[in-house]
Amino acid sequence: MILIWMIIILLAGGILCWLLSKSNSPAIKWIALLAVLIDLVLLLNIWLQHGQGLTANTGNWMIQYQSAWIPSFGISFHVAMDGLSLILVMLTFFLGTLAVLCSWKEIEKRAGFYYFNLLWTLAGITGVFVALDLFLFYFFWEVMLVPMYLLILIWGDKNRRYAAYKFFIFTQAGGLLMLISILALYFIHGAQSGTYTYDYLSLLGTRIDPSVAKWIMMGFMIAFVIKLPMVPFHNWLPDAHSEAPTAGSLILAGLLLKTGAYGIIRFVLPLFQQYAADIAWWAMLFGVIGVIYGAMMAFAQTDLKRLIAYTSVSHMGFVLTGIFAFREIAMQGVIMQIITHGISTGALFVLAGMIKERLHTRDISQMGGLWSYMPAMGGAAMLFTMASLGLPALGNFIAEFLILLGTFQANPTFTVLASTGLVFSALYSLRLMQKVFLGPPNAPHKVNDISGREFIILAALSISIVLLGLFPQAVLDVAGKVISNKLYVIR
Amino acid sequence: MHQTLSLIPALPLAGFLILSLLGRRLPNRLVALIGAGVISAAAIIAIWLGISFLQAPPDSGAYSVELWRWMSVANFNCSFSLHVDALSLVFVFVITFVGALIHIYSAGFMKHDRDYARFFASMNLFVCAMLLLVMADNLVLLYLGWEGVGLCSYLLIGFWYETTANVQAANKAFYITRVGDTAMAIGFFLLFRELGTLDIPAIQKLAPEHFTSGSPIITAIALLLLAGGMGKSAQVPLQTWLPDAMAGPSPVSALIHAATMVTAGVYLVARMHVLFQLSPLVMSITAVIGALTLFIAGCSAMVQTDIKRILAYSTISQVGYMFLALGVGAWSAGVFHFFTHAFFKALLFLAAGAVIESLHHEHGIFKMGGLKNKMPLVFYTFLAGAAALAALPLITAGFFSKDQVLWYALSANGGNPLLWIVALLGAFITAFYTTRLMLVVFWGTEKTHVGELPGRLMTLPLVILAILSICAGFIEWPHNMLHITLFSDLVQKVLPPVVEAEPVPSEALFQLIAVVATFSGVFVGYLLYRKNTSIIESWKQTPAMVWLRDFFYTGWKFDELYNILFVRPFVFITQLNKQDVIDKIYAGIVSLFQRLNGIFSVSQDGSVRTYVIGVLIGIIFILALQLIL
Repeated sequence: MILIWMIIILLAGGILCWLLSKSNSPAIKWIALLAVLIDLVLLLNIWLQHGQGLTANTGNWMIQYQSAWIPSFGISFHVAMDGLSLILVMLTFFLGTLAVLCSWKEIEKRAGFYYFNLLWTLAGITGVFVALDLFLFYFFWEVMLVPMYLLILIWGDKNRRYAAYKFFIFTQAGGLLMLISILALYFIHGAQSGTYTYDYLSLLGTRIDPSVAKWIMMGFMIAFVIKLPMVPFHNWLPDAHSEAPTAGSLILAGLLLKTGAYGIIRFVLPLFQQYAADIAWWAMLFGVIGVIYGAMMAFAQTDLKRLIAYTSVSHMGFVLTGIFAFREIAMQGVIMQIITHGISTGALFVLAGMIKERLHTRDISQMGGLWSYMPAMGGAAMLFTMASLGLPALGNFIAEFLILLGTFQANPTFTVLASTGLVFSALYSLRLMQKVFLGPPNAPHKVNDISGREFIILAALSISIVLLGLFPQAVLDVAGKVISNKLYVIR
Repeated sequence: MHQTLSLIPALPLAGFLILSLLGRRLPNRLVALIGAGVISAAAIIAIWLGISFLQAPPDSGAYSVELWRWMSVANFNCSFSLHVDALSLVFVFVITFVGALIHIYSAGFMKHDRDYARFFASMNLFVCAMLLLVMADNLVLLYLGWEGVGLCSYLLIGFWYETTANVQAANKAFYITRVGDTAMAIGFFLLFRELGTLDIPAIQKLAPEHFTSGSPIITAIALLLLAGGMGKSAQVPLQTWLPDAMAGPSPVSALIHAATMVTAGVYLVARMHVLFQLSPLVMSITAVIGALTLFIAGCSAMVQTDIKRILAYSTISQVGYMFLALGVGAWSAGVFHFFTHAFFKALLFLAAGAVIESLHHEHGIFKMGGLKNKMPLVFYTFLAGAAALAALPLITAGFFSKDQVLWYALSANGGNPLLWIVALLGAFITAFYTTRLMLVVFWGTEKTHVGELPGRLMTLPLVILAILSICAGFIEWPHNMLHITLFSDLVQKVLPPVVEAEPVPSEALFQLIAVVATFSGVFVGYLLYRKNTSIIESWKQTPAMVWLRDFFYTGWKFDELYNILFVRPFVFITQLNKQDVIDKIYAGIVSLFQRLNGIFSVSQDGSVRTYVIGVLIGIIFILALQLIL
């Protein structure tokens, strides 16, 4: 039940914000902040309660809730949480809190409706991470999409309409393919067993004719790799990221991309294990292409947010490669990458937002030497660019090291190619630092260093990325129980 | 005992944290006190640790402590564990001791800089990272230190970031070493696949059982690790970053060249000697690379005009000697040369920094001159360092270590006459460019007015290092002279003793040849730059000599080559595809739909007549279909 409450708190908070939008009172943002914070506290409580038990043999699902929704179609409100979900929902609420905080000053216009959309997106993402009913999953998939579309469309930058449409069409195209696959699965299972249900746990055992199974899997796969994104389906991402408001970019990079990875891990691999293994070589290949292609694109960009967006393409390439290595070490690396990329890239987008607030541009050729004016922000930027290029002692290193270490056991050639990503990431990261923070000072007017609120945001992100780098075992243990499952690992 | 071990890297780390978080609010004196204090404290602990190690060596041959479990996934386990044996101890001592002297010197050198705290914070982190590198018990932790060193060198080379050239130099250092690092990481993956562990003691135990000597897989592993070492240690062909790294403040150069960073590769090869020994091919490659590097860099050092660039090339060349020694299997000789080199190279950079500072940031040696009498203390200390670099026999530390390297390049199992000749040539070149440097800077007429002389904070480290540059070699004598082998006794607890090939007669004769080479280098330097300067003038008229000088001056055109091979193609391709060609496909789909929309919307023109015609055509079509089918 607690899981339902978490989602309801977000939904209700959002509606409350909208209702208050006429008054345009400062209470709106406090309500939004409170809603996410309550969820964060609830979740921390769950972690403390169940975190210990995870290492003991208590089964994978620590919390489960099921009630009928539309019983005639076999649709139920089935939500559950295992280690994987716990980690991702934790990330959702953590970044969600920061997303509200970054919007504090940035959003003046139609604040009530803005926070409504923000909270509903978060609710949708939370739902996606806990839904165990495929119809419910699809429902939440749409819930997170539409408000995000509105966030970009209404509060975005100059080119926001184009970016919002592109984002919507790409995601929706994938979503529809997934819907077809879900329906196909539903009918095949129903015809076989006589019970028509969308329940994940029941559908797991479905035997499907190989020729059909491949296509059903591809429906899921395409939806997820568009979200991930995989080259060549990544084109919505640079536009959406660069035009979205800061909180939008943070949620896109930190959370929305992760739903793609989550979907592959939760649905594609367990439902279609054999067929997933068949496409593993291709998936890894496209992952590696993404690593290199994204990095090369990032190197060429002059728009700060676009540059960071392309680094996401590169980092998500590691995720795709790691998942399809089918090795426990690599899969743990993938989980780490999901979290640490969310934090580090999210932080870079937050920084880009802060810079844009001060200089009113995203063009890095108009920046330079900002360290002289803002040493504290420069220090934070240095930390997160270093995280992004995989410096050990920071979380991203653990992720990429484990992915590469695990993938090497499966396919040395691809691993070596993906490792060149480490060199490329240095190229774009240091170029970013050089153009923005180093070099001769080049600011049109005096700019202030970070404020107290901004300090809190950056400090929270910095501390977590360092802790993840030094004590990753806490996360590895939580996810480990799920990952070591035979569904994800081919021994 | 075991807990104090963790204090050695923890103290510099604490210094870094305090200075980076609060440094801007602290007064400069306190910043210097913290910055230099933590390193000095670490040095004292290291010395105390060293003494207790020598008095009562631990049974296992190493002090070790596990701080916490870092990662544990499936069969992959690694901890935050420190492991200090005799080899690590030598490095820990040099890093903390020389590091402390450099920090004390910096307190004076950097006193007018507005980013005083940032400087000490980065320096502290540098020392911390290097300590973790040499104290690591597994390769992942070693890699952490390894990359940390890379980060700090980047921060410090680009310390004066407002000049674009400095930032570019910093980037270059990071990029090139990253290439090596990545190769090394791949080596780790391969090693893990083979042995199932990355713990250094376990690797040393398992490797000889698991690998057959000279098998392709061990050769690949050793080569990949060597590539990592070559990046950090600036060995050909990954040496080009080091001369540019001069962009940082002089104490940074001293730290990079003497105590940290460039010696990381030497440590790695020595630490992983078990793997290298299993691959004779890679051993030979190591030796050849060392020999090539020492020659190539030496030639470049002969013609440089920037005082720090001369020293930079000399570092590359001296590290080349270390690689040569390691490659021929003279492990302890390589580490010994690192040991003596640390003192005299730190000294030379610090003294050069003092000269540059007093001459109002003048770097060109030909704008210096006559400093012998103006700056006597700097002169005498510099002289001690230069003598050690040139390896003047018996009175300098550099002689004792270089003599060993030369001798083993010939007589060790992996040695051969060719390597020896190159090394000998290198000794001649070293003596030549050192003499040139001394004569041009300190003799002759004064060309730039001498400003403020260095204060006591700066001169004290110079004096201590000068004494060590002379005396540090006395702990290890050539075995045909005196039977003092304290150093090799210590490190050979870890490293295997050198295996000599069939006995080469009369070591003394070869020593004599080396000494003659050194002195003739000094003499030629004296001849060209003091006695008869007209020879140089006449060379300046000879096209061939001018070309050769230019070739050496630009570091054998490596930069130009890399520009053509890598930089320009990469920039070209990325710029070409800046708009993302894949986006064009989607734009194409969009415009296709727009065009179709244009075609079909003609049918919706709002006139009833058109619609009626449309309906009629439809009816006829359906009827026709029914008739046909």
